[in-house]
Amino acid sequence: MKKIIPAILMAMLLAVLLASCGGSGKTLNVYNWGEYISDGSEDSYDTIKEFEAWYEETYGEKVHVNYDTFQSNEDMYAKLSAGAVSYDIIIPSDYMIARMAAENMLLPLDFKNIPNYSNIDQSFKGLYYDPDNKYSVPYTYGVVGIIWNANEVDEADAHGWDLLWNPKYKGKIVSFNNPRDAFGTAQYRLGLDVNSTDKTQWDRAYNELMAQRPLLYGQVMDEIYNIMESGEASVGIYYAGDYFTMLDDQAEKVDLQFYYPDPTNFYVDAMCIPSCCQEKELAEIFINFMLSRDAAVANAEYTYYASPNKIVYTDPEYLEDLGEETVAILYPGIENFSEQYNKLAFRNLPQETLDYMNSLWENVKLK
Amino acid sequence: MKIASKVYTALVFIFLFAPIVILLVFSFNEGRSLAVFSGFSLKWYRELFRDEATLTSVRNTLLLAVSAMVISTVIGVAASVGIERLRAKWLKTAINTVTDIPMTNPDIITGISLMLMFVFAGRLFGLANSLSFWTMLVAHVTFCLPYVILQVLPKLRQLDPALPEAAMDLGCTPWEAFFKVTIPEIMPGIVTGAIMAFTMSLDDFVISYFTSGAGFQTLPIRIYNMTKKTVTPKMYALATIIFFVILALLLISNLTDDDAMAKRREKKRLKGKS
Repeated sequence: MKKIIPAILMAMLLAVLLASCGGSGKTLNVYNWGEYISDGSEDSYDTIKEFEAWYEETYGEKVHVNYDTFQSNEDMYAKLSAGAVSYDIIIPSDYMIARMAAENMLLPLDFKNIPNYSNIDQSFKGLYYDPDNKYSVPYTYGVVGIIWNANEVDEADAHGWDLLWNPKYKGKIVSFNNPRDAFGTAQYRLGLDVNSTDKTQWDRAYNELMAQRPLLYGQVMDEIYNIMESGEASVGIYYAGDYFTMLDDQAEKVDLQFYYPDPTNFYVDAMCIPSCCQEKELAEIFINFMLSRDAAVANAEYTYYASPNKIVYTDPEYLEDLGEETVAILYPGIENFSEQYNKLAFRNLPQETLDYMNSLWENVKLK
Repeated sequence: MKIASKVYTALVFIFLFAPIVILLVFSFNEGRSLAVFSGFSLKWYRELFRDEATLTSVRNTLLLAVSAMVISTVIGVAASVGIERLRAKWLKTAINTVTDIPMTNPDIITGISLMLMFVFAGRLFGLANSLSFWTMLVAHVTFCLPYVILQVLPKLRQLDPALPEAAMDLGCTPWEAFFKVTIPEIMPGIVTGAIMAFTMSLDDFVISYFTSGAGFQTLPIRIYNMTKKTVTPKMYALATIIFFVILALLLISNLTDDDAMAKRREKKRLKGKS
């Protein structure tokens, strides 16, 4: 017994040694949000495995994909800007792409290697974060909307931003637990510019949030799933794709509905190649693969977010899987998307404005 | 009084175990909600064993914990022996204080400073990936070490210095005396230290988060990153399995513990007599 344990330990250490330096062929390091790719669970399409197999078949060379996840744009940015790690592909959100491009942290893409880029709808090109379409290929986009429980909330009240401020549902409303999104709700309601640097405008939004404060059940992020599904709260705000995740698991007494207030917030997450990339061509081939039919459809179904890829939202199988109602909500058919988006999406704020917003947020936070 | 103490015990147990029980129950849920139990199913256990990324992160976590445990135990025992033999009292206190730093320092500071050091070293050697399994291992050994020393040092102090001396008197070389007399005497301290190092490494998040590199993420990091959507019930299944494995290990180690065995034997002997 005494000799077996050290032997096992030695064997394990050796295994690590071999694993860490072994293996022929190329390695591709992908850095993406958690649960943001179809990974083979519940009999779905295993994107990474399929890519490895497809690559070996097409190029006759083995490739190994290291797939790592991050939790927020800021976490990812911190890791990369410290120069601590080297990834070949990242999938940040719009405002972070703008920031990284400005700081020379992204490499311009070679679209010769990404012929499937033509599948991306025209309205997703020339968006503010990448006006010349140099650095990014959109992966998903989404629109913020209001989720309400039809068994608790009067249908007549369910419109616009006013529902989040309706005293009838005192103690039943949940809002965002981060300053940017929370202030956004007040700014859209008041018709203010969310990217304003004018302090008096932020003060107006602040007063609006303080008026809402006594009505709130809480300020939450991903806890919203359980709170809405169980019917603990009746009015919430989140992304359309996430509403469907809640819908799948709602309790019997709960009847969740969804609508978009106007104006509202948009986001786009896009694939980029950071400047620390070691395998640029391979990374571009991966991006191209992500835009191909099977991978793109599988990822759209897995994440439940809307896809900017034409072959996805025109795919009959995909449309049938989602069902008419879901499609109508996920793809609201926004006219002049790029114009609306450029006007309403969050942009990077100057540090002074961010500091001011954070200091106001301290008071808004429920304690 | 008796009732009050019983109620108190019950409350403590409820607060300690209710979350684990909820996790356990919902790992068998058909749906993915924590609010609605929609039916019994082993679906999430099946999903767990198909999810290679999660299994890889479990493997990474275990590898790291075992390696960190072995290395920090070896270094920790050596360090304790060295500290114990120091003559100058001020030097002893100084070294003790320094070894305690990783334990008393907030994790986030240890994590960031280690990361900066690794990045600096990586730049020096021109590496693209400064962070890897090895940097995580160095980081984990760093924060596990004080726990081992803390367990081993008191045992060394309790050890009668005459024992190894007697062994050498009887013909042992200093090495033999160390391995045949000192080590068995301080073994309980070494084992406790090793177990503490293992558990510290296993559930560390903050330091791992800062020192993890491309292609090597541990389970706590993976779970933390799942908050874009909800944490999948696969993780409840995994937590349930880990809970039972650890429970089983604890039971085995308690049952086979030398002291406990001796006590049981003693009891039997006494019973036989009466």
